[in-house]
Amino acid sequence: MVGAGLAGLRGAEALRASGYRGQLTLVGDEPHRPYDRPPLSKHVLLGHLPADASRLPSDLTDDVTWRLGVGARALDREARIVHLTDGDSLPYDRLLIATGTRARPWVHEDEAKLANVFTIRTRDDSAALREVLAARPKRVVVIGAGFIGCEVAAVCRELDLKVSLIDPAATTLSRVLGTTVGGMIGEVHRKAGVEMRFGSEVEHLEHKNGRVTGVRLADGKHLKADVVVVALGAVRNIEWLDGSGLSADPGGLDCDEHGFVLDDQSRPDHAITAAGDVARFPHPLYGGRRVALEHWGHAVAQAEYAGRLLAGLEPAAPYAAVPNFWSTQGTMVVKSAGLTDGADAVAIVQGDPAERRFVAVYGRAGRCVAAVAVDSARWLPIYAEKVATAAPFPPTETATDRPLRDLEIQDPGFA
Amino acid sequence: MPSDMTRDAAPLRVSVDLNLCQAYAQCCYAAPRHFRIDGREALFYDPAPSAADRVDIERARLACPVQAIRVEDSQA
Ligand SMILES: Cc1cc2nc3c(=O)[nH]c(=O)nc-3n(C[C@H](O)[C@H](O)[C@H](O)COP(=O)(O)OP(=O)(O)OC[C@H]3O[C@@H](n4cnc5c(N)ncnc54)[C@H](O)[C@@H]3O)c2cc1C
Ligand code: SF4
Repeated sequence: MVGAGLAGLRGAEALRASGYRGQLTLVGDEPHRPYDRPPLSKHVLLGHLPADASRLPSDLTDDVTWRLGVGARALDREARIVHLTDGDSLPYDRLLIATGTRARPWVHEDEAKLANVFTIRTRDDSAALREVLAARPKRVVVIGAGFIGCEVAAVCRELDLKVSLIDPAATTLSRVLGTTVGGMIGEVHRKAGVEMRFGSEVEHLEHKNGRVTGVRLADGKHLKADVVVVALGAVRNIEWLDGSGLSADPGGLDCDEHGFVLDDQSRPDHAITAAGDVARFPHPLYGGRRVALEHWGHAVAQAEYAGRLLAGLEPAAPYAAVPNFWSTQGTMVVKSAGLTDGADAVAIVQGDPAERRFVAVYGRAGRCVAAVAVDSARWLPIYAEKVATAAPFPPTETATDRPLRDLEIQDPGFA
Repeated sequence: MPSDMTRDAAPLRVSVDLNLCQAYAQCCYAAPRHFRIDGREALFYDPAPSAADRVDIERARLACPVQAIRVEDSQA
């Protein structure tokens, strides 16, 4: 297993659970046993949990070898060898690639190195940011209003810190949820006291004596900041696969419908599977479109599937789990099932955005493709089922308080 | 919540699949010092509870109606 994160761990467990008794090695470039990342942008920053608390539960026993603090440097598929950064090499019969992603760094390399400029991917990142937040900075600027950016902004408000959220889009979460639902969620953050700067792009970080002092926007405006959090998404860790002949780019490592990796001629290598954030695969629910998902639940489900494959169990069907995730933003919980990509319509089918409690269902060409629940987790499974079965949109039976004729079909607001 | 700084080695590990969790709060009744709901449904749990609380944690795991709680107890 290369990559000792969530997917590497769950893949190894699945391999054992499928009856594999041979040698099993997990290689991870972080010096830690696999740990959970979601708390890093939430409870760790709030100070409710130390950053080192989230090592994941596991049922692996002593019959596995851990190579931690050592990275994979290259893959030789011909010889079936993984070369490690410490000069060692590991032969393999079967390989799981689960090297995940890293935070996309700030565009200007020199500015990214300034003191008090942060990204969040590892527990060290989170511990360092927590320390600075605990010292009560005067103003935090968060660049990027995706899920992690929104979570961090909400944490700042819970800590009663001044915070600005900057994004070139028109609303929070616009890329994933569209501006209609994204705007409803952004409204919650605005009311909580987050200063919103939308349609704004940060051009440069300003600094003095090696420490960030503010940001300069593309329109020439300045904003003071003593902490800047860069939340611009993630980049896949595929560089170590250069020269392996596999088809990979910053958007992911290509796999077939089962998760076997593809070479640059699109031929599967049946000795190697990939899982988690790093993998890009055709999703049967979405017409075989290739997707790469950065979701906790997906890392678990795909790794379990991949582990069984590596153990030699015949797959019953292509990997087809409905993508799902959650995001805790302050005390608000946003959950989703399905993929909104290409959605042409959205309807609020339950609750009321004004009360910060609703379910939105997305449609594409007359079918349900995704559902998003805000503080409505118990309603989500009903709509997730409609997504899984590509039920007609708008959904026919909806909330009892909302007859179908009253459903307002809106433009989801994708750019 | 306990919060010393060397939690990595704790023998008891907990994780909750928050995709599954529907905030039924059964775990909070079973182990109130390690699970709580913030707001309407934001579950906060302690991923590294002290070994002395293993009975509470096990009760919480069994109480969850959607079986979202996973526990490892390397000293059990
Ligand atoms: C701050 C944060 C908050 C999140 N919150 C949520 C959330 O609320 N809900 C949700 O659904 N998802 C959330 N996620 C996403 C979720 O954590 C990821 O989808 C999940 O961690 C993916 O697991 P993975 O094993 O594929 O990758 P990772 O967890 O990234 O694990 C990959 C591991 O491989 C290592 N590695 C990389 N390259 C090499 C190499 N060449 N050799 C050896 N090792 C290597 C990496 O260092 C890493 O340890 C969050 C992510 C972050 C960062
Ligand atoms: S009992 Fe289960 S569903 Fe309920 S809050 Fe706890 S983890 Fe969530």
